[in-house]
Amino acid sequence: MIQMKEVYKKYPNGVVAVNGISVDIRQGEFVYVVGPSGAGKSTFIKLMYRDEVPTSGEVIINGINTSKLRRKEIPHFRRKLGVVFQDFKLLPKLTVYENVAFAMEVIEEQPKVIRKRVLEVLELVGLKHKIRMFPNELSGGEQQRVSIARSIVNMPKVVIADEPTGNLDPETSWEIMKIFEEINAMGTTVVMATHNREIVNRIRKRVITIEGGMIVRDVFGGDYGYEI
Amino acid sequence: MAMKYRTLQRHFRESLKSLTRNAWMSFASVSAVTVTLILVGIFALVMMNLNHIAENIENDVEIRVLIDIINDPEEMKVAEEKLMKQVKSLPDVAEVKYSSKEEELKILIENYGEDFSLYEQSNPLRNVLYVKAKDPEQTAALAKKIEKFDNTYDVIYGEEKVENLFNFLNTGRNIGLVLILGLLFTAIFLIYNTIRITITARKDEIEIMKLVGATRSFIRIPFLFEGLWLGLLGSIIPMIVVSVVYYNVYNKLTPKIQGKMLQILEVTPLIYEVNLIILALGIFIGVWGSFMSVRKFLRVY
Repeated sequence: MIQMKEVYKKYPNGVVAVNGISVDIRQGEFVYVVGPSGAGKSTFIKLMYRDEVPTSGEVIINGINTSKLRRKEIPHFRRKLGVVFQDFKLLPKLTVYENVAFAMEVIEEQPKVIRKRVLEVLELVGLKHKIRMFPNELSGGEQQRVSIARSIVNMPKVVIADEPTGNLDPETSWEIMKIFEEINAMGTTVVMATHNREIVNRIRKRVITIEGGMIVRDVFGGDYGYEI
Repeated sequence: MAMKYRTLQRHFRESLKSLTRNAWMSFASVSAVTVTLILVGIFALVMMNLNHIAENIENDVEIRVLIDIINDPEEMKVAEEKLMKQVKSLPDVAEVKYSSKEEELKILIENYGEDFSLYEQSNPLRNVLYVKAKDPEQTAALAKKIEKFDNTYDVIYGEEKVENLFNFLNTGRNIGLVLILGLLFTAIFLIYNTIRITITARKDEIEIMKLVGATRSFIRIPFLFEGLWLGLLGSIIPMIVVSVVYYNVYNKLTPKIQGKMLQILEVTPLIYEVNLIILALGIFIGVWGSFMSVRKFLRVY
């Protein structure tokens, strides 16, 4: 599903963000990626949705080597992934409904299929009553739910989330986690970078710890692994 | 993969939606287009009229060849016919018209009044050949050639005045051309900048669209449509202004300059032409401006 082989990433400014990572994530897994700030978590995540390509080594997602993607193929590659960000990344001039529908318009789906599916996922994230609102009229948690709805609307095999609860209060974070668990229960692989110790300790999953650009710990059903 | 028709419809809808949801930005762009197109439109009116006047004056430049008086009418006729043939054989000549001294006097009386009818008794004027050059700028050279023929008493063509006029008209047209190019360049730059600012404000949106897997054309086409609407909206007021202004100027000016050399162009064909220029320019600027601005943000992947 997600494979990294001897991945090494050096930025043009000389910073080595990922220093030899090999990892294998299978279909249907739920994986936390933890580690201190600047450890390389973000780069690790960006490598997965081909925002970055490795300097050496291979990143293979859904059987596709991201280094070999041509520029024209990148949009098509990304459509098979769901990506959720800390800052939601919603289109500010589009309503809740339109934001989610956008991901389906991109793949040129039929309008009636779009309508049905968008309402379905908005119901799943509990926002069916706010479809006509604009992002700035929503709370942070609601915005994140829209963003999650958008990430799963095309039924991707993998959802990648970069600190999805980073901007949310604890209670809202739990609600968001419930949605991710539901998505995972439907068979979707979830990879989530997080700083949220409580969540990692309460909802036990595979935990990959990155420090200094390397995987220093990889435990199934593990805890956050750091003392305050 | 070719774009589906429903996606084209979607882009069309999306561009209109974006236009209204970014109302202030749209307003700024449309205003910029409007102001520049009004300038371009009025400038085009002035230039086209100047050109027309210049052509009128050029076509009006004639050489008057006064013919020697010979006492014997028969001999005179032969001399005149010879001269006429000589003039007509010159390659630069477009037209030769003969006017007898009686006809000349009639014109004089018409133009300057009955006082001259005294001369009907004893006409002091001479028979005249009116010669037009094929190229008005050749007038001076042509006059010099005709002067050398026999039986020419004098050759008159306004000399320096005509030459100065041509110099003036040519410089005027050249300056006009430079000005209109400069104005167009400035206009395109101004509008490009305005549209770029409106799109830069939406740079983040373009980034997000890319993350969701939108192809370049999927992102670009709604913006191009939007540019088209901005251009179209921006040309409406200039077309009205130019039409109303010229209609009024024409109606006020025409009675005052009746019968003079300075004829201005009729309202109807000119207004259509200038409006067409404005519309085409508006569309071009809008679409091109959008294209250039979006291109910048699409390049990075």
